[in-house]
Amino acid sequence: MLRPPTAGTVPRVTSERVLPHGASPRDTLDADSRRWLRELTGAGHQYEDAVGRLHELLLRAARFEVSRRRQTLAYLRGGDHDDLAQQAADDALVAVLAKLAQFRGDSRFTTWAYKFALYEAATKLRRRAWQDRELPVDPDAWPDFASHAQSPHEQLAESELLSALRTAIAERLSAHQREVLVAITINGVPIDVLAERLNTTRGALYKTLHDARKKLRSELAADGFDIAHSDREQSP
Amino acid sequence: MNTERAAEHLRLIAALLGPAEPELTCEQCFEQLDRYVEFELAGADADRAVPGMQAHLTGCPACRDDHNSLHEFVASGTAGEPPASAASQA
Repeated sequence: MLRPPTAGTVPRVTSERVLPHGASPRDTLDADSRRWLRELTGAGHQYEDAVGRLHELLLRAARFEVSRRRQTLAYLRGGDHDDLAQQAADDALVAVLAKLAQFRGDSRFTTWAYKFALYEAATKLRRRAWQDRELPVDPDAWPDFASHAQSPHEQLAESELLSALRTAIAERLSAHQREVLVAITINGVPIDVLAERLNTTRGALYKTLHDARKKLRSELAADGFDIAHSDREQSP
Repeated sequence: MNTERAAEHLRLIAALLGPAEPELTCEQCFEQLDRYVEFELAGADADRAVPGMQAHLTGCPACRDDHNSLHEFVASGTAGEPPASAASQA
């Protein structure tokens, strides 16, 4: 794993300018972000007004996320869409205000704030979609692995790779690693849904997934498989 | 020959194996996401500025989804400016 980027390892730049050595991104914030910070750390009517405007922004972002996923929301009634967006905006507002001191000015304040609203809305939508559904975490629930490679040579290679992969998953991973890997990568269970069911965090589960993948790569490499081809498939 | 199924198999293998490169954690990804998206939208080299982010977005479907959403929202202009208030105009 990489360490978080820190001064000295990552250029001290923002999207628009290179910062002088020793300068904090907050020192060169745009006027709008400076205004947000001033008002949200103020008091009285100015603070109350800023919080109200921030909630409007967060609600706009949450509604955008709900709208973006509308085609997958057949399980929600019309009024539920806005209730969920309101809940996401409320939770995001609490998170933004609680973390305000952590805003470093690496981006505009609004971009930083939006990510909380979009995250809250997306997480709530994923959890709602899987509510009352049994999670398919059966490690034996593998898809049809019949080879569809182009040439006999590729078919053989793919078949051997899949066979080795399946064996490594069955024999080299822990039961927990297998459950997490199969649920997320084969059965498409969202990681935050799985985290909620297993009473853990997205970060902790991703660490489990990462360790499982590392072990599989190591096993395949030890068996002499060239997995560069599959790596090329990962370009987004 | 069913090339669609073949591609699906390769995607599955890629998903099982994950990215080969070092990657950020989910927490680091969330922390850097706004900065990364602004780099992208400014046409800057986001991957050089935030090493490990691209690999993580490849390997983590939920973080990739969060990234796509923030990128799309900010790029769309839907985000807009906050409504001006009497207090902020003062």
